[in-house]
Amino acid sequence: MIDEIPIPSEQVKLFFMNLPFSKYIGLKLERIGNGQAVMTMPYQKNFIGDPKTGVLHGGVITTLLDSCCGAAVMTAGDPKTSTATIDLRIDYMRPAKPERTIIAEAMCYRVTNSVVFVRANAQDGTKEIPIATATGAFTSPF
Amino acid sequence: MSNNKQIDQVKKEVLVSIVEQIPFCENLGIKLDCLGNEITAHLPFKKDFIGNPAIPALHGGIIGSFLEITAIIQLSWAIFLERKDDKIKLKTPSLEVQDTILQRIPKTIDITIDYLNSGRPVESFARAKINKIGRRYASVSVKSWQEEPNKPFAMASGHFLVKNFSQTK
Repeated sequence: MIDEIPIPSEQVKLFFMNLPFSKYIGLKLERIGNGQAVMTMPYQKNFIGDPKTGVLHGGVITTLLDSCCGAAVMTAGDPKTSTATIDLRIDYMRPAKPERTIIAEAMCYRVTNSVVFVRANAQDGTKEIPIATATGAFTSPF
Repeated sequence: MSNNKQIDQVKKEVLVSIVEQIPFCENLGIKLDCLGNEITAHLPFKKDFIGNPAIPALHGGIIGSFLEITAIIQLSWAIFLERKDDKIKLKTPSLEVQDTILQRIPKTIDITIDYLNSGRPVESFARAKINKIGRRYASVSVKSWQEEPNKPFAMASGHFLVKNFSQTK
């Protein structure tokens, strides 16, 4: 489904790729459009949260999911302004496997003039079960 | 040096070393303060933390990370202090204490972040409140502010897995 996203909105893509904190974490916006987005994040030792296991800190996954949701929101219509997160809930299903790149997919499932509701999940490509899922409400840019 | 003074000193050393041992905390530049058993976490402002250059505002991800880090560290600390056999270790060198804490870092089950205001490009602070530590699960609330502790710009509430807490008590 996400493979059929048509023309990526280059401007929105550039905006998200250039955010200082996204750059710091190493996020890469892969595909975007129609209120959907795919982002990846390579494993980095600097962002380990549990030194005994080498598993990334949950905060890094939060950043990936928040950014991916935000990017999806910006392409759910013709944005007149930027968006901001109102709330975001993350469920951690299982630890991410060390050394694996994390892939996040976000989709807007309800768009209004005031709020956009988004769902996202993150996976490391090792199992069917995602490592984390997110549900968020964002201010509407439309 | 009185015994209590020595314990306070060990506590401070332990908190410094915990941050050094967790790469993500160390890289963000997080610092910890401790008054009694309550930890206050400090997040410096860095240009790297910007999420919206137009305002400018902190990225939602750094705010969420900071809240989650504060919750986990306060929880680890509370678990440590509740265990009598562990508390005794505060009288001895801090390496053992640090290791005991790092062996048992709680795992986040879920966290809900409330973004109340945009985070301005200045230093932020956070404190966590432990609602409950059960045998396996713990509930923690945390809030973050920049100038007025009573005016948080972001809050979070989360559940954490604390393995066999009562069995090891």
